[in-house]
Amino acid sequence: MANERIVGIDLGTTNSLVAFMQGETPVVIPGEDGLNLVPSVVALGENDQVIVGSAARKYLIDTPERAVYSIKRLMGRGVEDIQEELKLFPFRMADDLEAGEVLRIKLGDKSYTPPEISAFILRQLKRNAERFFGGPVTKAVITVPAYFNDAQRQATKDAGRIAGLEVLRLVNEPTAASLAYGLDKKKQGIVAVYDLGGGTFDISILKLHDGIFEVIATNGDTHLGGDDIDNLLITIALDDIRGDMGLDLRRSGEAVQTIRKAVIEAKIALSAQDSTKLDIELRGGKRYRREITREQFEGLIQPILDRTVAPVKQALKDAKLKPEQIDEVVLVGGSTRIPKVRALVQDLFKRTPHTDLNPDEVVALGAAVQANILGGGSEATKEMLLLDVTPLSLGIEVAGGVTDKIILRNSTIPASATQFYTTQVDGQANVAIHVLQGERELAKDCRSLARFDLKGVPPMTAGMPRIEVRFLIDANGILHVSAREQRSGKEAEIEVQPSYGLTDEQVESMLLESFDYAEEDFRQRQVIEARNEAETIVTALGKGRGSPAWEQLKPEERRRIAKLEKSLNVVKQGEDYQAIRKAIDDLNQATTHLAELMMDSAVATALKGKTMEQADLGEGPTAPHPVAKADFE
Amino acid sequence: MPGDATSTCWSCGTMRAEHFCSACGKVQPPVPVDYFTFFGLPRKLNVDVAGLEREFYQLSRKLHPDLYSGAEAREQQWSLEQSSQLNDAYRTLKDPIKRTEYLLRLEGVELEEQSKSATEQARASGQVKKQVVPPDLLEEVFDLNMQLEELRMQKKLGEDDPSLIEEIGRQKLELEEKHEALLEELKRDWTAWDHAVDSGSEEERHKIRDKMVDVLNRRNYLRNLVRDVNEVLESGN
Repeated sequence: MANERIVGIDLGTTNSLVAFMQGETPVVIPGEDGLNLVPSVVALGENDQVIVGSAARKYLIDTPERAVYSIKRLMGRGVEDIQEELKLFPFRMADDLEAGEVLRIKLGDKSYTPPEISAFILRQLKRNAERFFGGPVTKAVITVPAYFNDAQRQATKDAGRIAGLEVLRLVNEPTAASLAYGLDKKKQGIVAVYDLGGGTFDISILKLHDGIFEVIATNGDTHLGGDDIDNLLITIALDDIRGDMGLDLRRSGEAVQTIRKAVIEAKIALSAQDSTKLDIELRGGKRYRREITREQFEGLIQPILDRTVAPVKQALKDAKLKPEQIDEVVLVGGSTRIPKVRALVQDLFKRTPHTDLNPDEVVALGAAVQANILGGGSEATKEMLLLDVTPLSLGIEVAGGVTDKIILRNSTIPASATQFYTTQVDGQANVAIHVLQGERELAKDCRSLARFDLKGVPPMTAGMPRIEVRFLIDANGILHVSAREQRSGKEAEIEVQPSYGLTDEQVESMLLESFDYAEEDFRQRQVIEARNEAETIVTALGKGRGSPAWEQLKPEERRRIAKLEKSLNVVKQGEDYQAIRKAIDDLNQATTHLAELMMDSAVATALKGKTMEQADLGEGPTAPHPVAKADFE
Repeated sequence: MPGDATSTCWSCGTMRAEHFCSACGKVQPPVPVDYFTFFGLPRKLNVDVAGLEREFYQLSRKLHPDLYSGAEAREQQWSLEQSSQLNDAYRTLKDPIKRTEYLLRLEGVELEEQSKSATEQARASGQVKKQVVPPDLLEEVFDLNMQLEELRMQKKLGEDDPSLIEEIGRQKLELEEKHEALLEELKRDWTAWDHAVDSGSEEERHKIRDKMVDVLNRRNYLRNLVRDVNEVLESGN
């Protein structure tokens, strides 16, 4: 068990990270490019190959209809409730979407559900970890905003499964951050975590004592973050351009994304400088230039930041605490780098917030700590325990369209409630239950979680059956329902229609489809690696030509080498990795004599070594992808 | 007896649920016991909350699903169910009102059930739910309702009378004080209840039980009344 690598993943709106516990310290695993952050951007290349991360970013501007960002905003949501989102983000809905169907987004000619797109990102992180460890990674802890509802959590779990990961636990982001914070300092006391990310805002209040991280209250807004600040600036720029230049660029994906890139850079610059310049080159040689001062910027974003105040106040109220009773405030999320945000937090809690931890990485690091605890723990984590809460009240719709709350918000999880149902009609075999999440009185104002049909109720007179239904919220914050008719002792069959989610069958079929991607990924990787090797040998050959040994070769040998080199150069432009490898082999053979002749050991080794390395194709990161052998339930 | 899901104290007869095997320490399937038995507490209303909290943390450290990540599927299921029982039990016994209501339910009083089904009926028929007014508050409530009605009318016309608002505010404060005082009264009833449990007199127990039901009902009534007053005071602002 201790050898099994469980990683911690922060699947963020803007950036994603994967981390693990290295000894006593959590550490972020970098990507191939050496960077810790993987932008949560997914694009389809010209051959419909999936591209994730920094490489995908340029597609946002070049071919915006083949790229997508901030997909987290659509997880666990239905068509009806993303109408506002669609106005602000360039999400393209699939044309053949029907009412009640799960959302699908268009990427080029293909369409994917949000969990599938998140799965592409997760798969990239999985690969990064596998490359780092030189072995398979199949288990993970993934973080979610504390204020995510059941559907959003289930969608995240589905994404993990489609990516070939067993999600051992979903951890709330502020709680994860507190783990990273508490690990360092071995703190005791009341901690508030203010987490303002790219798309979501969470405030959690925790009590830390003797290694126990107990959440007392949590609140937030799942559609509030850095994206909203960006959109505000983009709108202003677009209006400016329309006013100054008479150009309406709102429909140009390319223009909007170019502007977006520029305003994000400006936003970041203003955290360090008092003013900055927007200088955007538009199509047709036109330029949009504007200076923004920090003061102007702060004035513009004030209404967005003000939206964080009510959740903070409610959380304090639910915790029955005053700001002065908070011992430490921890800032999480890139947006907390903005000086105005820090000032607001300072004002709310009457103390300077703690900013030692990297706000971009702290959640992933905390997830790694939780992964470690689940894996059996180590010296650093053996006394640690997380006690989290459910953020939203769970209710049942009763007569009159009213919500009857059966588990209140901020209840420690796992938590359960039992309700008794009976039938209205003689011989009635089914009972329908509508479950909701939210704080409002009326069912229509709450979030529909699912409709459950209790089937197979033994036939009895109306009112006779006594059906005990147990609602259990597990440690992931996800609901499970079981039912039993007490008089007969019979377990009722429960059919769940998730209001916004995928059924098990759908996830299974997506998992099967993902094997195709796995094969595609595998093939891709082979091509890339073969090309790399081709480069190496061609470079080495170039050096070889410049050495005295070259002159010692017979003319036929030299001609043969030149011919094979030319073949290789042609073949490596294509996608057939087997052909590339064959061309490498041929060239290797032809240059063996040259290598032997050469006194320069470095070059000789490079040429000779190629033959040996080829035999190792079965191990390490170039091995057949583990997903191909994954089991599914 | 070994293998039993609960054990009983030889001295006081208090039952306690056995969450773990006394021989090997492995987690056991959850037992449908009441919350008091879960913690090995007698059915008494005065509870050492600090002690309860310590016990809660101790059990959490042993039962939480995070600790069973690598365990067999059935152990994982049992830890999940035991943890939820633990959390539900702690949440209920920690809070004075919830603890009292829970105990009354165990004693057969359908406090919440009555209230809930009456509410449902009222909603279904579209009528206002009939609330039983505590007799000693009759006159006060009558006057207050008159004043609230008057204020509602005034607000409609936009002619709020500040002295009326002040008067209503003052009465609200009095009601809130009464509400607070009832909690203190309830705590005194707890001691009487615990005494009745010790003495073993069923008659005494029933008497205190009915008294506590009355205190809770009055307290609820006052809370609803204060809520109604706040609604009117804040409306139209």
